[in-house]
Amino acid sequence: MYVAVKGGEAAIDNAHALLAHERRGPEDVAEIAPRQIETQLKLAVDRVMAEGSLYDPKLAALAIKQARGDLIEAIFLVRAYRTTLPRFGASEPLDTARMAIERRISATFKDLPGGQVLGPTFDYTHRLIDFLLEAGAELPLPAEVEAAHEATPRVTDLLDDEGLIERDVPDDMADVGDLTRAPLDFPADRDLRLQALARGDEGFLLALGYSTQRGYGRTHPFVGEIRFGAVTAEYVPEELGFAVPLGSVAVTECQMVNQFHGSADVPPQFTRGYGLVFGQSERKAMSMSLVDRALRTREFGEDVVAPAQDEEFVLSHCDNVQATGFVEHLKLPHYVDFQAELGLVRKMRAEHAARRQGTDSELKEAAE
Amino acid sequence: MSAALTATDRSSPTQHKGGEGSTGYNFAYLDEQTKRMIRRAVLKAIAIPGYQVPFASREMPMPYGWGTGGVQVTAAIIGPQDVLKVIDQGSDDTTNAVSIRKFFAKTAGVETTTKTADATIIQTRHRIPERTLTSDQVLVYQVPIPEPLRYLEPRETETRKLHALADYGLMHVKLYEDIARHGHIATTYAYPVEVAGRYVMDPSPTPKFDNPKMDDCAALQLFGAGREKRIYAVPPHTKVRSLDFEDHPFAVQTFDKPCALCGATGVYLDEVVLDDAGGRMFVCSDSDFCEERRADGHVGAMLALPSSSPARGEGVAAVPVTEGSGT
Repeated sequence: MYVAVKGGEAAIDNAHALLAHERRGPEDVAEIAPRQIETQLKLAVDRVMAEGSLYDPKLAALAIKQARGDLIEAIFLVRAYRTTLPRFGASEPLDTARMAIERRISATFKDLPGGQVLGPTFDYTHRLIDFLLEAGAELPLPAEVEAAHEATPRVTDLLDDEGLIERDVPDDMADVGDLTRAPLDFPADRDLRLQALARGDEGFLLALGYSTQRGYGRTHPFVGEIRFGAVTAEYVPEELGFAVPLGSVAVTECQMVNQFHGSADVPPQFTRGYGLVFGQSERKAMSMSLVDRALRTREFGEDVVAPAQDEEFVLSHCDNVQATGFVEHLKLPHYVDFQAELGLVRKMRAEHAARRQGTDSELKEAAE
Repeated sequence: MSAALTATDRSSPTQHKGGEGSTGYNFAYLDEQTKRMIRRAVLKAIAIPGYQVPFASREMPMPYGWGTGGVQVTAAIIGPQDVLKVIDQGSDDTTNAVSIRKFFAKTAGVETTTKTADATIIQTRHRIPERTLTSDQVLVYQVPIPEPLRYLEPRETETRKLHALADYGLMHVKLYEDIARHGHIATTYAYPVEVAGRYVMDPSPTPKFDNPKMDDCAALQLFGAGREKRIYAVPPHTKVRSLDFEDHPFAVQTFDKPCALCGATGVYLDEVVLDDAGGRMFVCSDSDFCEERRADGHVGAMLALPSSSPARGEGVAAVPVTEGSGT
């Protein structure tokens, strides 16, 4: 005999309570504060803001705490919160030439106006676990210099002066697209592609960018420049008619300079790949610029032969909130569909057995 | 159209801000502009039966794949007077159904029910209720892949062309190849249908058993795919035909035994594994249908009376229950 019972509701409540308990961990260890995450796990906060598409370090830090350090889960929390926020309009384009530079490097020129500024980087550290961090040793103070007030021109602008690189023609007339407010349509314009990439999963874009370097859609890239620092965001309220500053956002920008392109009308020149992300993430900004250039394949009349060049493939799969949702939904119950498959397999196996028996007896008869 | 679609306009953004349930969110979570955008897509979908209308799907507080499309459609059409039922795999007690029901109880403060007959909106994943739906009900499906041609042609740019040209040869070739290879059409769920003689549509991954219920259905059927950003619809009393061939006509699944708990026949059954020695029983997938039959005195071969039984976690919801709203 079988007593069927309800238990789903109580089970969910219990699971949530257990999750909260696990999140807190042992009580003899101090509870982590969002402010500590915000200031000491800054790169995690940056990633959550970038892929969560919302510049709010406090909220991102809280999301990381709530998600127990699972960054995709934290990104998801931020996205769901972002949905509920009102939208007043689009800001003026960020002028990254007026960035308060914290780091700026170019791989294409030894020295250039504004100089090479290493800033806070892992690049030349030896990757040796530092046990002094565990012991809490005192740190040497970083060196200080007077901040330079001259603007730091972008490398691509320097190349542009000679006409060596394709121009980025601003299109002031067109509205900036927003794939969170209108469904994505293919083929998508570059503004929407860049938005999708800026929100896209760092790991996915890293692998795609890497694949272009390994021959799957080569673009012969050079890092024209990477810069990181704070930029003022400005907005023109309709009732004022002029731009007012809203505050500053820290961003990483990567300008990739790629192999020539030319035509009967245009002499050969370098082409561009562009990456811009919230916070400090060179890996993401560089990957984005590689993939951006790869996605411009058709624009340059090249053949689409590699995954990174395939707009539908890249844009449909780069969002980790979408991807994790659909992959993980496989753990939801599917038993009515599985029942349907069970029924069919059993039926086909029975028919198969019957056929086998039929041919066996025919063979036997023939042998006799 | 049902009462549900007209009731929505009673909720203005200011009126409900921080109102019902004091959640700090608008009535039914989504802001009113978003709801209007979704309603426009729903109206277009109703006007072109079976056509997939793109809509600006929002990020929701539940994961993609958990029913974000269905939740957005429900949030856009639900009003304070509505009574909501949510099922997954036919049951009200599966974890995700519980979770979505709680979400609307919390954000919209509406009455919820497990009784099919009492609901004005039924959100479903993978099943259509056994009880015949009525003209004052709306059935909202959660859809993972709205494009019936997707597994035959991965590109959206191509599949939209095929729909525009009503070029469904690919699908017929696929079904034919099934027959050539297996002797049957080997599609048991998400079985493609033709709607109003024009668009081929994915009915969502319901077992093909439920396909005939879509035809000439009195209730409005709405389909929401959140991740894929598509809404489509089957208006009331619309012709819905499962694709087939003259010599291989469409047929639904049949079960050898009646429901072990309520004795029902001609319904979709779930197989429950009883032990590790091959013990099996078959019970109604539609838990409300099963409960009502037992309340009416129908007894299946294996029905035991509920005692103070320990919770078994998610599974078959078969004990008659009364559930208030907002639990």
